[in-house]
Amino acid sequence: MHDMSAPAAHHGAPTSFIRKHVFSLDHKVIGKQYYALALVAALVGMFLSWLMRLHLGFGNLAIPGLHLLSKTGAPGDIMTPEYYLQLMTMHGTIMVFFVLTTAPFAAFGNFFLPIQTGAEDMPFPHFNMMSFWVTFAAFLPIVASFFLSDGPTLGGWTQYAPLSAIGSAGGPGQGLGVVLWAMSICLFCIGQLLGSLNFITTTLDMRCKGMSLMRLPLTAWAWFLTSVMGLAAFAVLMPATILLILDHVAGTSFFVASNLVINDQVLPHSGGSTLLWQHLFWFFGHPEVYIAIVPGMGIVSHILTTNMRKPMLSHRVLIYSMGALVVLSYMVYGHHMFVSGMNPVSSLAFSFPTLVITIPSTIIVLIWLGSLYGSKLRINSASLFALGFVSMFISGGVSGFFLAQPSIDIMLHATYFVVGHFHLVMGVAAMFGIFAGTYFWFPKMTGRMMNETLGKVHFWMSFVGAYCIFMPFHYLGIAGNVRRYQAFTDDYLIPLIPVHKFITIAALFTGVAQLVFLYNLIHSRFKGEIAPNDNPWEGTSLEWSTATPPPHNNFGDTMPVVYHDPYQYSVEGASTDFVMQTSTEKINSPNEEK
Amino acid sequence: MATTVHEPPKIDLDRLPSQGSGNGGWRNLVPADADPRRVKDYSPPPASTGIWVGLAAITMSFAAFTSALVVRQGSAQDWRHITLPSILYLNTLVIIASSVTLEISRRRVAAFMGGSKNRSANPARWLYITLFLGLLFVAGQTFAWMQMKAQGFGLATNVSYSFFYVLTVAHALHLLGGLGGLIRVIGKLNHSVLKRSTLDATSRYWHFMGVLWVYLLFLLWMKL
Repeated sequence: MHDMSAPAAHHGAPTSFIRKHVFSLDHKVIGKQYYALALVAALVGMFLSWLMRLHLGFGNLAIPGLHLLSKTGAPGDIMTPEYYLQLMTMHGTIMVFFVLTTAPFAAFGNFFLPIQTGAEDMPFPHFNMMSFWVTFAAFLPIVASFFLSDGPTLGGWTQYAPLSAIGSAGGPGQGLGVVLWAMSICLFCIGQLLGSLNFITTTLDMRCKGMSLMRLPLTAWAWFLTSVMGLAAFAVLMPATILLILDHVAGTSFFVASNLVINDQVLPHSGGSTLLWQHLFWFFGHPEVYIAIVPGMGIVSHILTTNMRKPMLSHRVLIYSMGALVVLSYMVYGHHMFVSGMNPVSSLAFSFPTLVITIPSTIIVLIWLGSLYGSKLRINSASLFALGFVSMFISGGVSGFFLAQPSIDIMLHATYFVVGHFHLVMGVAAMFGIFAGTYFWFPKMTGRMMNETLGKVHFWMSFVGAYCIFMPFHYLGIAGNVRRYQAFTDDYLIPLIPVHKFITIAALFTGVAQLVFLYNLIHSRFKGEIAPNDNPWEGTSLEWSTATPPPHNNFGDTMPVVYHDPYQYSVEGASTDFVMQTSTEKINSPNEEK
Repeated sequence: MATTVHEPPKIDLDRLPSQGSGNGGWRNLVPADADPRRVKDYSPPPASTGIWVGLAAITMSFAAFTSALVVRQGSAQDWRHITLPSILYLNTLVIIASSVTLEISRRRVAAFMGGSKNRSANPARWLYITLFLGLLFVAGQTFAWMQMKAQGFGLATNVSYSFFYVLTVAHALHLLGGLGGLIRVIGKLNHSVLKRSTLDATSRYWHFMGVLWVYLLFLLWMKL
């Protein structure tokens, strides 16, 4: 397969429209399809957050046209408490699964992992195609649930039992809405498992000649490690969703305890374990946090290195630290359950690795900061968003130290402090990673440049806006503002309403910034400046060695041979300030692996 | 079931999985003069790695089911231990036998690919027998489900029955995937386009299904 004389592509270039653009086997097309899905999902998720923020900031504000979305959920265009919870659930589900997992991992990973490893495609292109279409099919039940007579599920993206398992007795959307949710997530798991299978085998088996594992760029490592995490995490969530569906449609009792009385009626279930769902869910749920953020770490490292014109302080330590995150991500999930009634000894057992996981996270951050120190960073939209990622990751990560300790978490649990923490550390940070990747790889994906001025406007509005939204969340949480409340009527909450108003205005402002990005994306796609060459950022990894956009088999007639580590910048004695991985130039770099 | 014996496909010995790891390996040294590494222009067939990755995912799924069963069994007093239909033990023998026949066929195919043109050693024959045994296993499982249902033990009768149905159906669905793989292998063999790695991957999957079944039977049988 890597024979230089052999034909490069193991499946021929498509000829029909369907095979070329719809059911494509080409990893690059599949990557773009994932990106488009994530973009649509992000717009839906952002729109839902606007609706929620308007309701939270301005009380019983009538939102014109809201009744068109849900007659029962918004009579007179005013959101009901249940509808608020339904929108919140859909926002969380859509953002975590269909944006934060789909864009940085599946979209960019699909497009660039085979290219960066020097492969002509993923090894199982049919599975890859199925991966996207199953994920797309997973999105449909979520969308469909908006059109149910009682709306989508209101149980939160975590769908804690027994509320999620008792059917329509649990409230609007808790019947068919939950079944659709569980079906969606089950399908999503299948799609991501198929994707992970391809990512792992591509990294291990499809590397071109000379491409040892340590010569892989940090992005490729991040996608590889993420796929390892995804393989185990999604494989556990899928059975959990099947059991949840059976509790609904077959009357089984996996998650519903005996003698549960809802609305004065005893439910027919017996003996189920409510904690079982939490265990199964969070065994997936915590690695999922890293599934969202680790690709961003890779993307940011890749972009910063390119723009600093020097490698990271330690390529290997950065990789090992990301690897440590993968291992530890499975050992910390119980910190989501400190107040679940779990044995206090278990809380301690989960608290310790949670504090330990801050060590590799801190090492990664210090490598970024240490590498940035003294560098002459090229300022562009991509590098700005990469810096923004670092900033958000630090800001959100610091609050993790507090939440990792059960004694503090008992007070802060289920408050806005937690919401602020995870939005900064995995939500906004991951989004910044997506934006950074978009500005950076757009020329390679489309052959055109994005508008830099609009990109910088987008960055500064998003950066300021995101902090204005999520830093006050920490204050609200410390002040005792419980999350998921749809109104603030208690005496101690009323003084906090102005803060909510401020956050709502900041959310609308930040949302407008995303419309700037959307305009830039669409406009640049069709009318953007043509990329000056195949390597506009003067990068060194393989994606910059090939044509723009890359041909069907990624590298044309000749498969690449790699001679150097991925980040040979500012090498003394070299003819240029960057030595590409495919360059045959002899260099003597202290950063080359020995 | 006449099978045309074609010319054995040529096997590139350099590409046999036993020849080494992927390009570069973990610690292949970089020559100081930046010459290309002395690496074999060879990668292990992705099917070989892919099947292990797939089996890891399946293992995690059944580990999740197992932990659910253990937690659920210990968390409440309503667990009624299930008496397994006796046909399941017969099915166990069938699936073990299918692994044996598949292993025989794998050796026959290897000999066939290695140049043996002995018609009496028709390599597809044992694959057909394996396929038949696989179908027999699925039929046996279906009979067990029908028997349980006829006795009034449905999915929601007790959570022990819920787990019985969930685990056996999940296993059967995975096994159907293995049957599809066997049919694909037979088709490729008959057209002389079978790769050794495809047969090896299918075999590993099939043997795993057998091991998984024995594990599930033990899990359902024992009282924790």
